[in-house]
Amino acid sequence: MAEVTQIIHNYLRHDKKFPHVFCPGCGHGIVLGSLIRSVHALGIPKDDVVLVAGIGCSGRIPVYVDFNTVHAVHGRALTMATGIKMANPKLHVIVIMGDGDALSIGGNHFIHAARRNIGLSVLVLNNFIYGMTGGQCSSTTPQGDWSTTTPHGAMEKSFDLVNLTSAAGANHVARGTTFHVKTLDKLMTNTLTKPGFNFLEVLTPCHTQYGRKNKFKNPVEMYKWLKSTAMPLEAYNKLAPEKRGNRIPIGVFQEREETPLEVSYENMRKQLRGA
Amino acid sequence: MIAKRKTPREIFALGAEAVVEGALLAGCSFYGGYPITPSSEIMEAMAARLPKTENGVFIQMEDEIASMGTIIGASMAGRKAMTATSGPGFSLMQELIGYACMTEVPLVIVNVMRGGPSTGLPTSPAQGDVQQARWGTHGDHSIIVLSATDVQDCLQMTVTAFNYAEKYRTPVILLLDEITAHTREKITIPSPNDIEIFSRLQPTMPPEWYKPFEETVRGVPPMPPLGAGYRFHYTGLTHDDHGFPTSKPEEVESAVSRQFRKIDQFFFDIQIVDEHRAEDCEMLVVAFGSVARSAQLAVDQARELGIKAGLLNLKTLFPFPRGAVEKVIGNCKTILVPEMNMGQMSREVKRVNDGRCKVKTLNRIDGHIITPKQILDSLRKG
Ligand SMILES: Cc1ncc(C[n+]2csc(CCOP(=O)(O)OP(=O)(O)O)c2C)c(N)n1
Ligand code: SF4
Repeated sequence: MAEVTQIIHNYLRHDKKFPHVFCPGCGHGIVLGSLIRSVHALGIPKDDVVLVAGIGCSGRIPVYVDFNTVHAVHGRALTMATGIKMANPKLHVIVIMGDGDALSIGGNHFIHAARRNIGLSVLVLNNFIYGMTGGQCSSTTPQGDWSTTTPHGAMEKSFDLVNLTSAAGANHVARGTTFHVKTLDKLMTNTLTKPGFNFLEVLTPCHTQYGRKNKFKNPVEMYKWLKSTAMPLEAYNKLAPEKRGNRIPIGVFQEREETPLEVSYENMRKQLRGA
Repeated sequence: MIAKRKTPREIFALGAEAVVEGALLAGCSFYGGYPITPSSEIMEAMAARLPKTENGVFIQMEDEIASMGTIIGASMAGRKAMTATSGPGFSLMQELIGYACMTEVPLVIVNVMRGGPSTGLPTSPAQGDVQQARWGTHGDHSIIVLSATDVQDCLQMTVTAFNYAEKYRTPVILLLDEITAHTREKITIPSPNDIEIFSRLQPTMPPEWYKPFEETVRGVPPMPPLGAGYRFHYTGLTHDDHGFPTSKPEEVESAVSRQFRKIDQFFFDIQIVDEHRAEDCEMLVVAFGSVARSAQLAVDQARELGIKAGLLNLKTLFPFPRGAVEKVIGNCKTILVPEMNMGQMSREVKRVNDGRCKVKTLNRIDGHIITPKQILDSLRKG
């Protein structure tokens, strides 16, 4: 444990930005921990990492880590990340977004970035709600659930991010949770190494805004829910459909080997210049 | 690569193509955009040219918000980056223009104006975005807005736009009108050796000493590209000189006022105006863009009729060239401000004039050019 803490300390701006803003029990810190462990395990130099985030609680993550960090505007993190990656393909560009940020306001950019298959590592921290602005409904809030803007229960269907991203054309698509941390670390490392649009959805509890309104008494209840609901994709696929109920599969859903945009662009440029 | 050419050369080009020539000369290597009339020719020429250059990147984004986002990212990564748009697209860009002001990211936005509001008059000339260019995004901020009169000027002012963006770490807006962008004329592309090109200051200190938003004499801190070893935080939140969010009144005050000062204290460098027969004029025309071209002819015709007319052609619209206007209004009885809008520039002229002489307006919003005759008629009435 001490060793892990030590590693993490090497990556934090601990003399500048602490204490942090996250509520006790929030999953966002767990995702950050996993990200740092993966960057460290892969030996990616801090200078090569650009961490771009949108706006929301998830958007606050970059300020705490000693990478090149960009806190963009709501929903547009992927647009800036696209500019950064195309301008300098050598950089490891990692994008962190909330579900509202990525799929509601940023939905158009999201599907197009996946379609372009540009080389980004994209993390969506799905807590089913708008955390920062006080618990309004998101495009991932499960139908029937409560939020401050669905006081009579959510009417609309929610997005399945894994299906959406696969259909849009991403090379790699995965899902993990902040309860299954070992699996998360594996998926995270994968997300940081594969070429092309690399998407990882992380189910993460927001007890403060989502849990309270949806009959989770405390953060522990939320983690218990993640534990009992999520299951490995392979096992899920073996389950008879009628037995699946509301279980959520986690693991790697899509693996393609298509050439990332920045690489095909470089190839075109070489061809045009006769090199 | 065009930058290798040693001698000037002449081409027959659209204003839009001249913008592209100017951008490439200035060192632009990144274009992100979304097509919209009457600006699309800029995008199309960029699409053809950039991939043929050494490291040029052209990308067509899904909308104008995304276009602004990519060029901000590209500029952070060290590129000179640009986009071009018209009315509705310019409106969509505003939130990110504010972000670029706040994070002090240099870039160039060309807005070939069309009639509005809304989809308005897609291919007809208008000058209705003057105040949007100045105040389109929310909050208080300084900004540089330029314009161009003819095709050669489109090239020159694009180079100037990049130079200002880099020198002052700020977005620069180049406001063109449809007539300027769609006129085809012979222009000279200067040899790269004959023009001055400015690139953003790079830090020379070790990374631990570097403060990305530091107070400096010029008020413009150096800006390294992402990945160069200077790790810091960009945010649209009001930040301290290290880039970390702050709400301490003294830090907020100093950050925001430096952002104003870095542009405002260099008025003398930024304010470009062309005077035509203005030294002794009693009737001054203040105009910009294609209207200034009509005005120049009208002024010459008025002089032939014995009317002491002169022209102040504004190449810089903001910061408003107050000094240049004040200098000529001394002898003036009347200032005439012809413009293709309901009076967006005359507001500025009236503000500077402050009641000293008569300010007449001549407005046209029907999608048609303001002719020399209209201006002459107005000058004759006094
Ligand atoms: C253009 C714009 N619209 C609205 C907002 C207000 N806003 C800030 S964060 C947020 C939602 C955040 O939710 P999510 O992206 O799911 O992230 P979380 O806070 O749950 O991590 C909203 C609506 C904004 N900042 N900008
Ligand atoms: S409001 Fe929710 S998402 Fe935001 S910090 Fe608290 S628990 Fe986390």
